[in-house]
Amino acid sequence: MKKLFAVFFSLFMFTTYAGETTTQIEGELYNPVPTIMHHISDSHEWHLWGEGKNSVTIPLPVILYTNGNLDVFMSSKFKHGKAKVQKGNRIYSVDSHSHITEEGGNQVLDLSITKNVASMLLSLVVLIVLFGSAGRRAKNKKGAPTGILSIIEPLVLFVRDDIVAPNIGKKYEKYLPYLLTLFFFILINNLLGLVPGAANVTGNIAITLVLSFITLVVTNLSGNKSYWGHIFKPPGVPLALMPIMIPIEIVGVFTKPFALMIRLFANISAGHIIILSLISLIFMAESGLGTAGAFGVAPVSVLFVLFMYLIEVLVAFLQAYIFTLLTSLFIGLAVVEEH
Amino acid sequence: MNPMSLVTPAIGLIFWTTVVFTLLLLLLKKFAWKPILNAVDERNKNIDDALKAADKAKEEMNLLNAENERVLNEAKTERDNLLKEARTMKQEIISDAKKQASIEAEKMIAIAKEQISNEKMKVVTELKNQVAEIAISIAEKVIKEELTLDKHKEIIKRELENNKFN
Repeated sequence: MKKLFAVFFSLFMFTTYAGETTTQIEGELYNPVPTIMHHISDSHEWHLWGEGKNSVTIPLPVILYTNGNLDVFMSSKFKHGKAKVQKGNRIYSVDSHSHITEEGGNQVLDLSITKNVASMLLSLVVLIVLFGSAGRRAKNKKGAPTGILSIIEPLVLFVRDDIVAPNIGKKYEKYLPYLLTLFFFILINNLLGLVPGAANVTGNIAITLVLSFITLVVTNLSGNKSYWGHIFKPPGVPLALMPIMIPIEIVGVFTKPFALMIRLFANISAGHIIILSLISLIFMAESGLGTAGAFGVAPVSVLFVLFMYLIEVLVAFLQAYIFTLLTSLFIGLAVVEEH
Repeated sequence: MNPMSLVTPAIGLIFWTTVVFTLLLLLLKKFAWKPILNAVDERNKNIDDALKAADKAKEEMNLLNAENERVLNEAKTERDNLLKEARTMKQEIISDAKKQASIEAEKMIAIAKEQISNEKMKVVTELKNQVAEIAISIAEKVIKEELTLDKHKEIIKRELENNKFN
């Protein structure tokens, strides 16, 4: 069943992809970088498939704040970057990186519902529906878990008993709602990102930045005397080394969440890039060796993509696990009692 | 495309991620984590309680069994005691009866002996009286006839023959 899905997904991706190769120049070796970058970057419209006139995209709302004016319009008004949009005395244009500028040179604060935001909102709905109904079941029905709850409850208990409780210790309950939300937010967005045509939410640095920033804030707000003592007066360190040790410890406070941010972003983006690159091989073979080359490479490429997809499903769980585990560990180090 | 754009966080995304994550945290905390964890904790407590109750019932059962055994043993000893008592009582009754019987027999024997001696005394007295009467009657006859010595002698001889001692 899983295999079937993976095949389906890779074929889906294949068709998604195929339409975009028509613009390349004849005789030149196909360059996959722009397409890959387009796939893993954020965008003001949700591009599903097709190119140019045949492209199928979902327009998303653009929300801009310029000089105290809030301008809201649909991204379809840009006509895929070809048209300019005028709102009052402000004329907006969008470049190929989805970057919106104002003709008058005014600073534009872009709060648009981009592809990533839309996907995140979708994950919000999915999470609320799944976990809300599980919660309702838990509330109404006593006894053994049934239905959706029987899938969700073991996961919740896994996060509580195997990730949070052993790493934080006795005071774990205060942090449990945050860490559960974190785990399932990352997991669901990782999995949604694997659906062909979907956004690359957890592979976007802004999103991992926010998540790791919350970790930074929560960790340091829960820091007790012993935690700060280790930073500003590391025990067992000679006085002469203090000027070196204290800055190192302070930097350490920031490197921990920074590593979290990079790890999640890089892992998920890398997975997407590998799958896209493997599919690109087919088009590179076509541009170099012709149709026969494409047919020769395609089976191998599809097999590898299938394999990568299964790896990516594992990575989706693994990265959610690691992010939650390390956050719990950092909180645990901040709240641990001196012994 | 500039690869740096990949590692440049967009303000809008930061804003929306914060909004979505905060919203998600509040909603899931209220509608998912609390009910699910409460249900789990409650279930764990119920299981604990049930196990404890089972243990308690087992203990009570054991206690009850011990009590039953005690009662049974008591009953057994009581039965044994009763049997023993009955046996001694039987013995006593038998020996009592025997004693009573022998006493009664002795008494009867004594009465019989007395009666016998009484009868004997009566007979002897009667005999004495008869002898005396006979002697008197012989003397009377002797006197009446006033006879000679010969006659005398004959009479005595005759009378003696008539009154053969029996």
